[in-house]
Amino acid sequence: MIMMIAFYIFAAILLGSAALVVSARNPVHSVLFLILAFFNAAGLFLLAGAEFLAMILVIVYVGAVAVLFLFVVMMLDVNFAQLREGFQRYAPIGATVGLVLFAELAMVLGGWRVAPGITALRAAPMPAGMQNTAALGDLLYTHNILLFQLAGLVLLVAMIGAIVLTHRDRRTSRRQVIARQMARSVAETLELVAAPLGAGVAPGEFRRPKPLEEAAAPHPVAPHQGEGH
Amino acid sequence: MSEFFATPLGLVVLMVLETLAILVPLLLGVAYATYAERKILAAIQLRKGPNVVGWWGLLQAFADAGKMLMKETIIPTGANRVLFLLAPMITFVLAMIAWAVIPVNDGWAVAKINVGILYLFAISSLGVYGIIIAGWASNSKYAFLGAMRSAAQMVSYEVSIGFVMVSVLLCVGSLNLNDIVLAQRHIWFFIPLFPMFVVFFISGLAETNRSPFDLPEGESEIVAGFFVEYSAMAFALFFLGEYANMFLMSAMTSILFLGGWLAPFGIAPFTWLPGPIWFILKILLCMFVFIWVRGTFPRYRYDQLMRLGWKVFLPLSLFWLVLTAGVLMATGWLPGGAA
Repeated sequence: MIMMIAFYIFAAILLGSAALVVSARNPVHSVLFLILAFFNAAGLFLLAGAEFLAMILVIVYVGAVAVLFLFVVMMLDVNFAQLREGFQRYAPIGATVGLVLFAELAMVLGGWRVAPGITALRAAPMPAGMQNTAALGDLLYTHNILLFQLAGLVLLVAMIGAIVLTHRDRRTSRRQVIARQMARSVAETLELVAAPLGAGVAPGEFRRPKPLEEAAAPHPVAPHQGEGH
Repeated sequence: MSEFFATPLGLVVLMVLETLAILVPLLLGVAYATYAERKILAAIQLRKGPNVVGWWGLLQAFADAGKMLMKETIIPTGANRVLFLLAPMITFVLAMIAWAVIPVNDGWAVAKINVGILYLFAISSLGVYGIIIAGWASNSKYAFLGAMRSAAQMVSYEVSIGFVMVSVLLCVGSLNLNDIVLAQRHIWFFIPLFPMFVVFFISGLAETNRSPFDLPEGESEIVAGFFVEYSAMAFALFFLGEYANMFLMSAMTSILFLGGWLAPFGIAPFTWLPGPIWFILKILLCMFVFIWVRGTFPRYRYDQLMRLGWKVFLPLSLFWLVLTAGVLMATGWLPGGAA
């Protein structure tokens, strides 16, 4: 009884917030509704007894992915009036695309054949006496380890690809090399000068600490580079 | 009496009582944590600290709470009203609901769920929303800068916290917090996993935005970061949430590494004290270190903070995770599929 009520509450909020994701005027509100939708999906997972999936959904999607979404969307500078301008002109195209997608989905659903014996599995999705975390681990890491590793490799390639595409080594950027800073000794960085009374030290005599690689070629009063602190 | 608690109404009453039994001491603890922090910082800096309200200033926290209640909640022009008021509530509520799964003694938790540690991780990773939403809804550049810093920082340090948790879980063989504590009967995990303990504690400082990782607040650069625009009770909720999160981090450290409610050594003079007392003592010890760190270290610079998270902690915790798994496999100590 309580499970039923909870199911309908979660499902109703899930659908409602999913609708609001696409219809909200403010993109930040959209992302927040998306987060609410994730939460309710996690609630549905919990009701289905998939506690591990529910928690992972919250950790991965809400805790990490949606934070980045929110981050990007908050920094966007979107002009909504401009976005809405061509709505009527593009509506037929959008509707056509939607219809095609819908037809495809319907075909997939129509051609769906349920494997024999699968309904029996639904009654007891997990091996008896096994928790759902252990069951998932068994499935992923013991029986389908190759697929799991391949999926991991695909993600790794995607990550490296993203870094290669966006990373640009600018020569002008000042980078801190902590090892180099720590390798300095007092003798290289500190110089005691006996200043004559009343005369002081002329600027040329006073040398700033040199970067290590230039230490061979003395260059007084040179503003040091690449050694930001 | 016991048959009353078996009826549906009785179950609800029992649930409310259990919740109160954990939240009331927590909130009192939070109130006195603010007082303790001021006293300890004062002692570090050779000052007296609050000593006017009540005996030795003991009622200072309540005087502050009264002041906050009396003040006006100011909502800045151009702020998003709903989100502006929602943000402190999210922070506070998240800091409270995480306590549902914390076991204070063997089997003493409000919710005894099998994925307790994941629940804690999920809740602590949600903490960033209160801050981002506050920063954005305030419509102020300082608040927004604070929110962005906080988002980047919390997401970065969560990664190493996750790996630390996984290496603890490898030694336990269960995601249940109760099992995690019971697995430490022979040896507390901070001894075999010492580097992970250090990484976890420092990441905990970063996760709760505490000094030396308090860049999201950064009074000297961005005024007070994400809660610049907040006043009165909205501010108080952030404040309470921050301290409750510190307590939560301390409780997580105690459960994962310091043996939860277990007495050290498990022999006579130590076992005289009941479990919850040991648990509270461990939490207080961690809290003291939190405050001690604040009184001792200067604030990190932003790029150093990122470097520490991604270039030091992440490789270290990943390496230690693989090492733990390897050692457990090689020695055959792997807890065999505790289902």
